[in-house]
Amino acid sequence: MDKKEYFFDKPGNRKMVNISLYLFIALLTVADLFIHKHPHFPWEGIPSFYSFYGFISSVVLVLIAKYILQPLLNREENYYD
Amino acid sequence: MTNLMPPGLMFILGALLVPFFKGKFKSVYLLAIPIVTLLGLLNMEVGSSWSFSFMEQSIVLCKVDKLSLLFGYIFSIISIIAITYALKVKSAGEHMSALFYAGGGLGVVFSGDMFSLFIYWEIMAIASTFLIIASKTKSSYSAGLRYLMIHLLGGLFLVLGIILHFKKTGSISFGYIGLTDMASWLIFIGFGINCVFPFVHAWLPEAYPESSVTGGVFLSAFTTKTAVYVLLRAFPGADILIPVGVTMTVYGIFYAMIVNDCRRLLSYHIMSQVGYMVTGIGIGTEMALNGAAAHAFTHILYKGLLFMGMGSVIHMTGKRRKSDLGGLYRTMPLTTIFYLIAGVSISAFPFFSGFISKSLIVTAGAESHMPLVVLILTLVGAGTFFSTTLKLPYSVFFGHDSGLRPKDPPGNMLAAMGMAAFLCILLGWMPKLLYDILPYPIDYAPYTASHVVGQFQLLAFSALAFVLLVNYGIYPSETRVINLDTELIYRKGVKNLVFVIDKCLIFLCDYMILVFHQKIPEYLTKFYTNPLQFFRNILNMNSSEVSNVGAMKPRLMEGTIFWFFLLFVIYMVLVLF
Repeated sequence: MDKKEYFFDKPGNRKMVNISLYLFIALLTVADLFIHKHPHFPWEGIPSFYSFYGFISSVVLVLIAKYILQPLLNREENYYD
Repeated sequence: MTNLMPPGLMFILGALLVPFFKGKFKSVYLLAIPIVTLLGLLNMEVGSSWSFSFMEQSIVLCKVDKLSLLFGYIFSIISIIAITYALKVKSAGEHMSALFYAGGGLGVVFSGDMFSLFIYWEIMAIASTFLIIASKTKSSYSAGLRYLMIHLLGGLFLVLGIILHFKKTGSISFGYIGLTDMASWLIFIGFGINCVFPFVHAWLPEAYPESSVTGGVFLSAFTTKTAVYVLLRAFPGADILIPVGVTMTVYGIFYAMIVNDCRRLLSYHIMSQVGYMVTGIGIGTEMALNGAAAHAFTHILYKGLLFMGMGSVIHMTGKRRKSDLGGLYRTMPLTTIFYLIAGVSISAFPFFSGFISKSLIVTAGAESHMPLVVLILTLVGAGTFFSTTLKLPYSVFFGHDSGLRPKDPPGNMLAAMGMAAFLCILLGWMPKLLYDILPYPIDYAPYTASHVVGQFQLLAFSALAFVLLVNYGIYPSETRVINLDTELIYRKGVKNLVFVIDKCLIFLCDYMILVFHQKIPEYLTKFYTNPLQFFRNILNMNSSEVSNVGAMKPRLMEGTIFWFFLLFVIYMVLVLF
């Protein structure tokens, strides 16, 4: 392990990444109020629909993967040998 | 400039000369082949050429139209990039296999008849097997063998379908087929095995992680996209492709969440993205078909870049499991950046290449009034971003520090990655470059405010979910495990079936030996030496009590030997009368 400090070793930089994400999200939510949407489907008209959908999709994917799929499908590495 | 040589043949014949070059000349020659081919493609005219008669059918080696040109361009471009990536590979055999493979792909794309299509298809199967076993590990040999068997099985379906189709229509020209009869279904299945349809897909995540680092880049580009091309040509609008494609997208995403080998994760993402293309083919409108073709184009670029990025990591660290890696951004900054560029491209991040192609398919689905399809494809889009661009880089480049400090890979690999990254960004900013070479006319503007903001919302909140899930520790675990997929059926299933059949057969054989080699001679001897006694014994089942002959009681005839004797008598009766 070398002693050199890299970009993300400094806690300030990591905080900066997190904060820029939150700022970006705030910006998007505000922008949503000003756009003209042409909804193909009824749900697209809801403000910030894709935000919720993206968040829920990711969470659902991870939960299903972790609690259903991994217990069912994981095996030790030499299972087939 | 008329066509100098069918592009596929140019690669294949060029491959034969590779062993005669050494050192720098070899590098120049290797790069010259795809570059010359690409230049030739840029000058090609639409139409058929290089056709000749064979057994009263016409073999058309070079049928050019917008669709085949599109695939021809991207195959040549990715060949240039992948050969650059592989310049330092010493083995001429691996270079030749790669060129045969790419040549086979180009051959399929430009063939106008099904006979040459089949020949090129099989060349691809065999050449790609060599790329898999090129890494020379035990697991790659066994994976390569299974890969070859599955692909030859697919070729069998294909050739059966072609023969039946020829019998029905009398012509072997390759064009629209449509799912009508047994012949077309056989061809469909033959194409589908290469196109990673569900349940026949297991070869992809098994074999691609085992391939050599440089071979993997070729593999990711050709087999599946060639299958997409033939589906686009032969079965556009086939309704069954919509549920098949949507299933593929979801299947790939879920497995990608739980696997540990980094290239296996990328292989499942191939299945997912090819699912988008298959869905587009199924939807069948001009925009959807354009979308499928465009997505194939952009996918080859960013998937190649993803494989090159992970390949560089494997090349420099020797490790391929996520659980063993981490914190590599420190000493591999360029690889990290290139990988992230590919990651945002695959996620359809605005201003990168995936955005202009994936949107075509999803919008086509929306315009064809398919709400469920659009919802699922959007969900998978968020999941793709999560898995490829957040989760995998977090495990490999950022995240917990594994202590490894590998350097960036050698210059040729970086140059190849740079080229692919440049193209990903270029297409994102200038979609017209791609839209102009799409097969059907297109009138779509991807950069509308609502679309861009909607997509950013999807991705940004997916990132937020990632940050929160990691912080709260709800995260799929990263341990050294493997995951079961449908290969279970033929790896464990057939093994067990063979074991059971084996045991039954052994038992049966032993019994037969006992009967025919022991018991029957024994009883025949007794019959011939003393027939009367023999019959008395049969009736009494008691060889020593001859005096009891009077007390004969009709007893149940016991013993298998009696039944054999009876059968023999019946047989003789039947034969003689």
